[in-house]
Amino acid sequence: MKENKDIRVVVGMSGGVDSSVAALLLKEQGYDVVGIFMKNWDDTDEFGVCTATEDFDDVVRVCNQLEIPYYSVNFEKEYWDKVFTYFLDEYKAGRTPNPDVMCNKEIKFKAFLDHALSLGADYLATGHYAQVREVDGHVQMLRGVDDNKDQTYFLNQLSEDVLSKVMFPLGHLPKAEVRNIAKEAGLVTATKKDSTGICFIGERNFKTFLSEYLPAQPGEMQSLDGEVQGKHDGLMYYTIGQRQGLGIGGPGEPWFVIGKNLKENVLYVEQGYSNDKLYSDGLIATDINWINPESVEDTFTCTAKFRYRQKDSAVTVTKIADGKLKVDFAEPERAVTPGQAVVFYDGEVCLGGATIDEILKDNKALQYVG
Amino acid sequence: MEPIYLDHAATTPMDKEVIDAMYPVYQHIFGNPSSVHSFGRKARKYLDDARRAMATSIHANEKEIIFTSGGTEADNLAIIGTALGNRDKGKHIITTRQEHHATLRAAEFLEKNGFDVTYLPVYEDGKIRVEDVKNALKEETILVSIMFVNNETGIIQPIKEIGELLEDHLAYFHTDAVQAFGLLDINVRELGVNLLSVSSHKINGPKGIGFLYVEEGIQLNALQFGGEQERKRRPGTENVVSVVGFHKAVELAMENKEKRRETYQTHKELFLSGLKENEIHFEINGDYDSQIASTVNLSFPGANVEQLLTNFDLSGIAASSGSACTAGSVEPSHVLTAMFGNNNPCTTNSIRFSFGIYNTEENVIEAAERVAKIVKRLTK
Repeated sequence: MKENKDIRVVVGMSGGVDSSVAALLLKEQGYDVVGIFMKNWDDTDEFGVCTATEDFDDVVRVCNQLEIPYYSVNFEKEYWDKVFTYFLDEYKAGRTPNPDVMCNKEIKFKAFLDHALSLGADYLATGHYAQVREVDGHVQMLRGVDDNKDQTYFLNQLSEDVLSKVMFPLGHLPKAEVRNIAKEAGLVTATKKDSTGICFIGERNFKTFLSEYLPAQPGEMQSLDGEVQGKHDGLMYYTIGQRQGLGIGGPGEPWFVIGKNLKENVLYVEQGYSNDKLYSDGLIATDINWINPESVEDTFTCTAKFRYRQKDSAVTVTKIADGKLKVDFAEPERAVTPGQAVVFYDGEVCLGGATIDEILKDNKALQYVG
Repeated sequence: MEPIYLDHAATTPMDKEVIDAMYPVYQHIFGNPSSVHSFGRKARKYLDDARRAMATSIHANEKEIIFTSGGTEADNLAIIGTALGNRDKGKHIITTRQEHHATLRAAEFLEKNGFDVTYLPVYEDGKIRVEDVKNALKEETILVSIMFVNNETGIIQPIKEIGELLEDHLAYFHTDAVQAFGLLDINVRELGVNLLSVSSHKINGPKGIGFLYVEEGIQLNALQFGGEQERKRRPGTENVVSVVGFHKAVELAMENKEKRRETYQTHKELFLSGLKENEIHFEINGDYDSQIASTVNLSFPGANVEQLLTNFDLSGIAASSGSACTAGSVEPSHVLTAMFGNNNPCTTNSIRFSFGIYNTEENVIEAAERVAKIVKRLTK
């Protein structure tokens, strides 16, 4: 067995508190820790200011506090090709993509992992709230103990092979504890605000951002009976279940987005949070990833999440033709959205996930969802 | 693993003799050279001696030396100072695409302020062409600024030929000699150079000090304002202790110029043959015969800069890509881009190795071994 000092761990450092503490904990455990900042997006503004520069500066300061070497690596091209292109394509197709899932799959745990391995790393560590454990020679991924922070939803596309080279030093900690550790160690990032939203959009207005890349085609909002209820600014700006920003007033309950018709450029809306049209009882998913594929039956029951930070729901999963999955819900689910990930759990163990492709009701595809 | 420093074009360790020369000044000399008492005069003496030595080292006279905070300030002062001082004669400036950013950013600043700048191309041999300077010259050209030795490739530029070309032209000729000083013979009169920048920390002196040679009679506007120091062209109380260290570094560089040239050349050749023996595929960027002894820039096909540099550092080899860093990540080198064009793999797979006084044959051979091992692993 190698001693920790002979085990090189590359930590993906973002300049935030989580990855700072991840590096700190590994350093305390005596590993040969190397901090690397990843630059995936150039957001340099007209004044030459770039958030990546500020974030890298924090990485430098933390690494100097920890006395570990730091470097950076540029994956702007890979990110554009693998993540951003997918992101735009999905919006063009009227769906709601999840770039974080794609970024973890293609960049952090692929391009970046390869980079780490090329530096002689034994492991790649990140500040994700998730856990890895080995059972009977198999590596499993478990939820982070902080329910509110668990990030396995975003990590659902990782393979067992990848996970065998990964460490999540924060998985067993609640977020508050992570902040405390950072404060006690006097890390400069201890009180830094958590980043919110999609990394490349940052704090900017989502609509403005998207309009820079995709032409918006305004059109009609209709209820399912074909009655015009208002105008939309472009289908890509709306997601299933959305209430804000529709601009439909009038009497009765508030209006919600229930679907899209891409061909006619129509946004479907209906009234009431609990409107029946927002509910479905199943879905078809593609791009399936099982973390431990050999232990997955052709049909089984488990729990699932259809979006981040949602409580688990009971489902029955069935493998069907063309490498797809059919997922039947025990109870009707509200606003399940094509393009998002469906992620499966057996208790604390994350089994894997897939991309939601079609929404079902009574075993038939809900055409209006789009 | 013992770290080996091969990044002397970035900065150099201070020579022990330089530190020894500075130490007593730190201890005993604190006077303000402008003061009218014995304390001031003692400090002033050190300043005068140093200025004379600097002037002698480039065959100038001591009134032509302005101490600055280093190479960047010297370049800024030379370019912006002469541009502002001669704007009534014309607003055209010529420089090149491979200059140091201290020059390029100063030129961009002037462009924003109504000057017209021509950026000359660089050829695959790493040199600019005198013919291009000739063609770019206009009647209203007031300044030509061309570096003596490029900091990334180490390629020596045809400074004397440009000086000759400009002899009959009104334009002043500035050269950034930061990488050349200490290894090449520099005679400003023979070269026809009117302004020349030198930095101390590239020749084993302390950081934060340099000088600008400005030929007598040149109208140069100051860029900072205050007292009478440096004949009002660079006001501010002089950094005497650093000047003393710089003085010693210049003395040592002049004494050992030829010896260093030979040693560095030997080191470079040992290093390259070490790579060849290990069957490493590499290309030398720029014309090898026009390269300064201390520097070589190598392209490793199939590798990339970030992987190379990080791996080198993790195995104790300090080198650099010589190019600008944004968020710590290496952008394609503007010099290699100027030489080879956009998207040429050379611009993202090249590393600069530069040798210095504390390298030994043993550690250069050891460095070649470590580099070879890494390149082999990354390109297989």
